[in-house]
Amino acid sequence: MTAAIYDVAGPRTRRRITYGTVAGALLLAGIAAVAISRLAANGQLSPELWGVLARKDLQTLLFKGLGATLQVALTSLALSLVGGVLLAVGRLSHRPWVRGAARVWVEVFRGLPLLLLIFFVFLGPSAWGIHVPTFWALVISIAVFNSAVIGEILRSGILSLPKGQAEAGYAIGLTRGAAMRLILIPQGVRVVLPSLIAQIVTLLKETSLGFIIGYEELLRNGRIAVEYLGGKYAIPVYTGIALFYLVTNLILSWTARRIQKGKTNRSITAAAPASSEAAKNEVTVDA
Amino acid sequence: MSTIINNLGILWSGFAMTLALVAVSSVAALVLGTILATFRVSPVPILRTASTTYVEVIRNIPSTVIFFFALFALPQVDLQLDFFAAAVTALSVYYAAFFCEAVRSGINAVAVGQLEAARAVGMTFGMSLRLIVLPQAWRSVIPPLINVFIALVKTSAIASAFGVAEMLNVMERLINTDATAVLPILFTTAVLYLAITLTAGLAAGRLERKVAVSR
Repeated sequence: MTAAIYDVAGPRTRRRITYGTVAGALLLAGIAAVAISRLAANGQLSPELWGVLARKDLQTLLFKGLGATLQVALTSLALSLVGGVLLAVGRLSHRPWVRGAARVWVEVFRGLPLLLLIFFVFLGPSAWGIHVPTFWALVISIAVFNSAVIGEILRSGILSLPKGQAEAGYAIGLTRGAAMRLILIPQGVRVVLPSLIAQIVTLLKETSLGFIIGYEELLRNGRIAVEYLGGKYAIPVYTGIALFYLVTNLILSWTARRIQKGKTNRSITAAAPASSEAAKNEVTVDA
Repeated sequence: MSTIINNLGILWSGFAMTLALVAVSSVAALVLGTILATFRVSPVPILRTASTTYVEVIRNIPSTVIFFFALFALPQVDLQLDFFAAAVTALSVYYAAFFCEAVRSGINAVAVGQLEAARAVGMTFGMSLRLIVLPQAWRSVIPPLINVFIALVKTSAIASAFGVAEMLNVMERLINTDATAVLPILFTTAVLYLAITLTAGLAAGRLERKVAVSR
């Protein structure tokens, strides 16, 4: 619909677009020039400085950090998926107390800063003299936080399904639980798969909070490297780390977009009644 | 409990600092985000590309890394910011990308007929965006904007790790002075954060019902 904001360009609009392009190019060139001159004036562009990224020991340290990051991400992802399914089912339960408990869980944990949850898990048990290792403090708090978010995503997916799906299940004699497990969850997950992957990107970014409690993940190892090498290596090392996150997350986002695309294509090619149903689902997901 | 009561003043100052941090950075991020969203739908390809790149890069990097850049990379190019300014910079740069996406989704939600009408009466891109699209887009973006705002409130806690004396930082200092009161301090901080985020969430729900336009 973006294209509807402007018409097919006539001569005057084309001229305007040319002016806009020139102005935009000048603006960007200006920003780039300021950045480069600032970097150059402070000796931040020297090849020796950026060559540090080619050093074997730094690479080993960063890859070790990436491994630790992925370890936390995968463990907490598995836990939060399980928790998310339970919460989604809980919020759709016909028992008021289950619904209420799931609702409180979601509202409270979604509303708190993740960092505060990390402190809760890391420092709280020390009141009873229990020491929680940094890995588990990070995994548990990320899992608790994301179970609430993923639960809501799954719930919206299940709610977006046509009513007839559950009714057909009950009609052939399935219990509520069986209909949920065999019919609603599998379809609901498919509907919200792009949002789920977007949440995985967020989860992966959240693991970087581990540096605050001293878990040696990617960012912390980068910080250690900068402290060892000296402050002037901050820009190359942190840029390298940013690239690590960027590449991993872009691959995830790209996968999400492909899935989304595949789904829209299917809904267009499907028979008429099915496609209108699919289109409705699409709208619910976007909302 | 006595630790909480004795330190109400300092907890309150942390709460106020969080509010100040959130207020300044959300306004800055909103302005930058709206400009980026305008670029993203503009007919000028270079602006579209630049804005898309900005959003894609920033959204896929952890906010903590952005904080690191604001605090440790900027001084390397002779831009020494104090902690508060650095935190505001990091939060604004990061959340501008998310505000941009929220505003863009709102622009996309405006009925195509509105634009066709604007074009039919001869409005330019700038006029139709300013007079027709954005005023309507604001309504449908209010709930997603509040969601981004809630995320910003929660992310502002990260500033504590870099020495801004906001709520979480105050909490850590209190825990350090009185380790026996860990749980009450943690709970009080949690309640104060929930006071902001749940209120904003309720407001979002209200506004959604109030400003929702039946299309």
